[in-house]
Amino acid sequence: MKLTDKEKALLDGKHGLGLKKAMEILVALGQIYDAKEMVAVTSAQIAGVSYKNIGDHGLTFLKDWAALNARAHIPAFMNPAGIDRQLWRQLGFPEKFAQKQLEIIEQLRRMGIRATLTCTPYHIGIVPQKGEHIAWSESSAVSYANSILGARTNREGGPSALAAALCGCTPRMGLHLKENRLATHNVFVNCELQSSMDFGHLGFLIGKKIGKGIPFFWDLNLPENETDRTTCLKALGAAMAASGSIALYHVENYTPEAQSYGERMINQKAEAITIDDLSEAEQALGKKEGEIDLVTLGCPHASIEELNDIARLIAGNQLQKPLWIASSAIVREEARGNGILERIEKSGAIVLADTCMVVAPLEEMGIKFIATNSAKAATYLPSHQGAVVYFGTTEQCIQAAIEGVWKD
Amino acid sequence: MERLTGRVIYGGNASGTILKSEIPISFFGGVDPNTGLIKEPNHPLFGESIAAKVLVFPHAKGSTVGSYILYALKKNGAAPSAMILGECETIVAVGAIISEIPTVDQVAVDHLEPGDVVKINGREIIVEKKSDR
Repeated sequence: MKLTDKEKALLDGKHGLGLKKAMEILVALGQIYDAKEMVAVTSAQIAGVSYKNIGDHGLTFLKDWAALNARAHIPAFMNPAGIDRQLWRQLGFPEKFAQKQLEIIEQLRRMGIRATLTCTPYHIGIVPQKGEHIAWSESSAVSYANSILGARTNREGGPSALAAALCGCTPRMGLHLKENRLATHNVFVNCELQSSMDFGHLGFLIGKKIGKGIPFFWDLNLPENETDRTTCLKALGAAMAASGSIALYHVENYTPEAQSYGERMINQKAEAITIDDLSEAEQALGKKEGEIDLVTLGCPHASIEELNDIARLIAGNQLQKPLWIASSAIVREEARGNGILERIEKSGAIVLADTCMVVAPLEEMGIKFIATNSAKAATYLPSHQGAVVYFGTTEQCIQAAIEGVWKD
Repeated sequence: MERLTGRVIYGGNASGTILKSEIPISFFGGVDPNTGLIKEPNHPLFGESIAAKVLVFPHAKGSTVGSYILYALKKNGAAPSAMILGECETIVAVGAIISEIPTVDQVAVDHLEPGDVVKINGREIIVEKKSDR
């Protein structure tokens, strides 16, 4: 790999052991995947924040690395953690878990990583431009940044994203190179997509079918309204990244690279896939009826527009079962400021910040029967939380919280 | 004596007896971070310790938290003395670097058998066959 003098100095330890370690990681990954050089990145998103995922060993590692006094050189921010820093006591999160979690956040903060604790940085003003190189790591955020924004990022692991944050660069490989961004599959959808749930179903199917390929969606019937479009595509991308490992997709006449280059974004050997109905996903995702412990919305983290929709749907009702809507602390403050939060809380529902149903210690808290409007969450909850899942539209989920039971 | 070469993932000198897995290893959930014992139920090496061995395997599988398990093994004195792989991927590369375990990949691992003693020096591996000893 060809390194600049500055990069060589980092590798040689001239700027300290913390940065040396970071550069060693980046160089090793670059060599493994045949990168010729580094590319500067403008932001980094650090995954592997939840204590539920990284445990004591991850915490020890972060503590040791932070002790080497390395600091982020570019804007860098954290993926969700396992607790809501304001509400964890009130909601009965385990004390020991919370303390460990706070320690992890503190170690990352020492390294200059901001505690945004969200998987939707693009909803709090961190919006990379088309063609911008970044090093993000949460799978749905990576998909959104690559596809909807046209930025360029691989799906980084926790340590490699941290290394990129410290050094301000990443190996120029994978999705940083235009030739690797060409679609591998042409996708034709012949059935109606009526809600973000249907986009979730579609994403689940495509992820299962093409694994780590790059789909190009032809003639996709997106909602008219721009906000609804964003919500639907967010659900589609998150589901494809959960059931498969799709980090980039194109939508004809919509996503930036498809708009600029059209069919030139498709590999000549691309295969065709036709989706005639969504029943396979409907069968695979979720149980049909039964008891519920918790209803959760906001995977990926809800935007202010989604919170506003939920406030409208929930108005005038009282809930029988807990309803948690996951979002970022910044969006929750915005909702507090404009009255949306009060309208939601009147029903008994809670807007959760900093965390979500996938990375919070729900299993440890005895929460087993979980309803969600997210195909991504429905994919992960059985394996990550040992949960029984109900998957439906936002309206169905809210209705279930009101009635206290899931009905088909 | 036989000489093999590979690509350095994390450089250094090490030596030890080979413990060889023909199938991928999941460090997260598959190896006890305190003892180095392989605890994946159906793994052919179930119950064997990777501590202080030269671990030969095709590649890692499973969660990326596996990198942190290698780090924990090192801290607990239960890490392999070196790792030799067919094809290294992110989990092992990151784990090897943060834990400072000499690691070489793109090695013709067919030439290595359990019980062989090897010396690793950067990209070079010197093999003393079990059968020759």
